[in-house]
Amino acid sequence: MAYQDHSKKRYTWPDLVVIEFLTAVALTIILLVWALLVNAPLLEVANPGMSENPSKAPWYFVGLQELLVYFDPWIAGVMIPFIIIVSLVMIPYLDNNPRGIGHYTYSQRRFAVTHFIIGFSMWWILIGIGYFLRGPNWQFYWPWESWGAVKGVEEHLWSPPPWAGVTGLIAYLTLGMILPAIIQRGLYRRFGTFRYIIVMSILLMMYLVPIKILLRLLFHIRYILVTRWFNI
Amino acid sequence: MENKSALWRWIKGSRVYKSIFRHGYEDTKKNRILQIRSNVFLHIHPVKIPDHAYRIRFTWCMGGITFFLFLVEVMTGAFLMFYYTPTPEQAYRDMLYLRYDVPFGMILRNMHRWAAHLMIFTIILHMLRVFLTGSYKPPREFNWVIGVTLLVITLLLSFTGYLLPWDQLSYWAITVATNMIGAMPFIGHEGPLSLLDRYHDIRFLILGGSEIGSNALLRFYVMHIIVLPVTGMIFMAVHFWRVRKDGISRPL
Repeated sequence: MAYQDHSKKRYTWPDLVVIEFLTAVALTIILLVWALLVNAPLLEVANPGMSENPSKAPWYFVGLQELLVYFDPWIAGVMIPFIIIVSLVMIPYLDNNPRGIGHYTYSQRRFAVTHFIIGFSMWWILIGIGYFLRGPNWQFYWPWESWGAVKGVEEHLWSPPPWAGVTGLIAYLTLGMILPAIIQRGLYRRFGTFRYIIVMSILLMMYLVPIKILLRLLFHIRYILVTRWFNI
Repeated sequence: MENKSALWRWIKGSRVYKSIFRHGYEDTKKNRILQIRSNVFLHIHPVKIPDHAYRIRFTWCMGGITFFLFLVEVMTGAFLMFYYTPTPEQAYRDMLYLRYDVPFGMILRNMHRWAAHLMIFTIILHMLRVFLTGSYKPPREFNWVIGVTLLVITLLLSFTGYLLPWDQLSYWAITVATNMIGAMPFIGHEGPLSLLDRYHDIRFLILGGSEIGSNALLRFYVMHIIVLPVTGMIFMAVHFWRVRKDGISRPL
């Protein structure tokens, strides 16, 4: 317990307070210089009759906007952020590995660190693509390509018939649920059935995002599952 | 210091001085403790903290920096409010006014903007370091939840602030975002299994109309300057309080 251990402690006055003060001063200087050098963007006055092309969200939301290429708005803009936030909230209650508190370690927390870093990186990669590599009509442009060059209409997309979509999804979820439990017995035992199912559900949903992106890029698949009410 | 003037000695001996400064400033153990204990702002710190809590390679200092950026936002935001009217007719004119006429107006707006961007970046880094050091594990689970809430509040603050300049950038970014909200299942008019039309759905509630107009601007403004900052401050108080109670994480 942190507070029973009185060895090697230092007074916060002045040691910590000085650090905080100097950090605040340094940050103020950085912000002032930044504000002097770079102006906040200001375009023409809002005009509902003329849309910007492309109209990009602020960078921290561009990842979600990028997902709009691959998913319908209710998934990209609603379900995915909702699932991300709920999953983040649940992390401390799902992770029952008591090791690796208060220091950086990979070896003691391989599972948690691996999947968190992958999810974290995906977020940044999507932001990078959306922010730097998307031009008019949200078409893909390399940095050295001019936005003036008009990109052709989107490639021909197709969706598998519903029975194939359902089969594929069920196969993915079932295998994804069962295989890790067989291959990594220790993981399953550590989590217990209930926790294991929740953790794997979250991870399977997370990995479905790059899978769907790859299916689209490699095989031109638009939706994995088409139904009357919604498409995935 | 020996050669203090008589005036200085008189001031320090006066009732007024003593009523404000309750203890001496000499570097003694007692004063180091009192300096923290008897100051409402510094009292957020414990009197002593473990050595490793000072190491920047361990803490990254991102939580503290985020809080400082929040204070910058509050201060620059208060000044900006003097020059801003949340109506479609006036808002954009106020942006031009800030740029060309208000002394230091552009620096003010720039600082507010860049500190907001930086704040989101530092929150994300803070979350990464808390994750990598396992600092959400017992007994700190709930503080992680508070932290995620603060992340969401900060994103909402940025989102609501984005509309306020009322230029093409803000108008169309908010259009894209609120169209996504309109695509919510059940409660958005464009979502799957929609139960509501465009005049009664969640998007209408947020915009105060079926289009982005004066109601939307006013709603975003009120959320941006009162509702979200105050909610954020309440959660911050809990967040810091729990750090104070549980201490900084360290290896067992």
